[in-house]
Amino acid sequence: MSIKFKAEKVDVFYNEKQAINNISLNIEKNMITALIGPSGCGKSTFLRCLNRMNDVIDSCKITGNILLDNEDIYGPNIDPVDLRARVGMVFQKPNPFPKTIFENIAYGPRIHGLASNNKELREIVFNSLEKAGLIDEVKDRLDDQATGLSGGQQQRVCIARAIAVSPEVILMDEPCSALDPIATAKIEELMNEISQSYTIVIVTHSMQQAARVSKKTAFFHLGELIEYGDTDKIFTKPKNQKTLDYITGRFG
Amino acid sequence: MFSLPLSFVFIILLCVSLFFYYYSKRTIVEKASSIGKKAKTLPVYYGQNAFLWSFFPACIFLIFLTVSGPNYIDQIFFSKIQDLNPKFNSSFIDLILSKVINVANGKIETDDQKIIVLANDYLSAFEKFYFYRGLGAVLCCALLGLIVTARQKPSVNARDQVQFFMVSIFFISALIAILTTAAIIFSLFFESLRFFNLYNVFDFIFGLHWSPNVAIRTDQVASEGSFGMIPVLLGTLLISFIAMCVAIPIGLYSAIYLAEFAPSKVRDYIKPTLEILAGIPTVVYGYFAALTAAPFLRDIGAFVGLDVSSESALAAGLVMGIMIIPFISSLSDDVIRAVPQSLRDGSMGLGATKAETVYRVIIPAAFPGLVGSILLAVSRAIGETMIVVMAAGLSAKLTVNPLESVTTVTVQIVSLLTGDTEFDNIKTLSAFGLGISLFFFTLILNIIALTVSRRLAENYD
Repeated sequence: MSIKFKAEKVDVFYNEKQAINNISLNIEKNMITALIGPSGCGKSTFLRCLNRMNDVIDSCKITGNILLDNEDIYGPNIDPVDLRARVGMVFQKPNPFPKTIFENIAYGPRIHGLASNNKELREIVFNSLEKAGLIDEVKDRLDDQATGLSGGQQQRVCIARAIAVSPEVILMDEPCSALDPIATAKIEELMNEISQSYTIVIVTHSMQQAARVSKKTAFFHLGELIEYGDTDKIFTKPKNQKTLDYITGRFG
Repeated sequence: MFSLPLSFVFIILLCVSLFFYYYSKRTIVEKASSIGKKAKTLPVYYGQNAFLWSFFPACIFLIFLTVSGPNYIDQIFFSKIQDLNPKFNSSFIDLILSKVINVANGKIETDDQKIIVLANDYLSAFEKFYFYRGLGAVLCCALLGLIVTARQKPSVNARDQVQFFMVSIFFISALIAILTTAAIIFSLFFESLRFFNLYNVFDFIFGLHWSPNVAIRTDQVASEGSFGMIPVLLGTLLISFIAMCVAIPIGLYSAIYLAEFAPSKVRDYIKPTLEILAGIPTVVYGYFAALTAAPFLRDIGAFVGLDVSSESALAAGLVMGIMIIPFISSLSDDVIRAVPQSLRDGSMGLGATKAETVYRVIIPAAFPGLVGSILLAVSRAIGETMIVVMAAGLSAKLTVNPLESVTTVTVQIVSLLTGDTEFDNIKTLSAFGLGISLFFFTLILNIIALTVSRRLAENYD
């Protein structure tokens, strides 16, 4: 297995407050890695470092190195806009744009010029919807507003929208926390399918979800990485007492 | 008989109501203990209930009497004079009556004994009225207080009754706001009906010539008036159009800068400044238009060989546009900032730049609100008067050349109604015709604005 992301001694500060403390972590290619931990432990912050979404926040300061395919993503040669095309993101709340379903998916390909004509664009849109398992549900109403879909469908539109840009990595920030169990099951199934071709990093509050979908799990606590390893081992034989306490529900 | 001034009556009412406040509070405790139960709510609510139901109705009664009383007395004296001199016609009686009133108030003096007697009667009638007004209000207050106190039972929830009273007051306030608006529209409507009795509606709406100078007296030499509103309306539209050409791009772009790109420190200064600009009286903008912008444009025109009138639509429109910029900018800024952050994140997360995000996601999402803010500004531009009075002129030309002087609907209304005017001839009445057309014009714009915003509005929770 090759390594996709390599984080080395990453610290993140919001103003004076340290949100992440000295985290080193390797994320492997074409595999699902879950980040778990109690609220405010820095797992979302760490996730947002991976595609430089924290740049938007003025008060946020990041030190340390994060390498994507052995290239420092905070280096001078990297444009965060290009980086985000390679490292896509799906958010906690479904956030489709107030456009039609088709336009939502076509948004990324259009701004990056991935299609040279309408036919190619349609192909990309249909492929993305197919990968997101949504094509049968929406193929007759691609011109309807995406905001009119159900929450689960909206979230899958957002995943299809991320896939349409052909990213190498997809970051998911609690993608199922606003969804009901059936929609959640569909998204998890979808994640399993696409993990063959994409590296996925998912932040989740649900330990069952982490156990179900991920190959590797990292446990964060108070801005520190407590334990990182194969999901099977984390959930059956954790090495650290804090991890054990968390996964058995003693805090968090 | 001693008279009761209004302020004194109010103080008495307050005292009586306060008495019932404490009285109710005490009696409810006694009532409750006599049946061996606790009152349903705290005693203070029973007190409040008694206070509200005694004080406010009495106040309304008092206000009603104060407003209608003098009219009633005048009417009595009118018929009194009529009975004394059955031969007089009503306008002459009016004259005598106003003389009586003026004598009674000591404004003029007279030797006419009849009038002096009447004036004395008038004065004593008023004194009586003041006394009975005060007495009536206080009695009303006391009676209501007694009834409410006596009817209060420990088993009834006085807290709900107090709330019901407050809700009624809120409702009445809202009703007054709506009713006054309706009254204004009705008065405008009926006055304009009088105009349309004198002048054909179609000639008014489609007429191409506006020259409201008609002979007021029969022996006066003047042209036959012509009241076609098209040139006036065209002037309004021309100036509003110029204003919008200035205000929409600058206002929108500054709003985008403020909401999306400005560092928070810059924003903290610019936003209040914009709101101050929006508060400058339009007369001040009028100075600017007449004294600075218009001569400046004329000089430029002369320099490039264009004949710019010293009162030009361009100058008025430009300054009006400047006036409207803060409205558009401030409203649009709020609208743009109301677009949820999650949409920005979503777009950025797909590798869009900030500008792409603004143009492809934020603006479309904020579009309904932006349309609303722009149409609000248009309504303001159309209704704006002072700048145009000072900078655009009075001549109703049928032109779309921005370098000439034009006139607008509001300016015409002002010029038709300033000075001593009698609302009985076609010239002054035509102002109401203009007024109601302006009203309908802005009404339609507002309806469009509302419909567009509602139809396009997305629901983000």
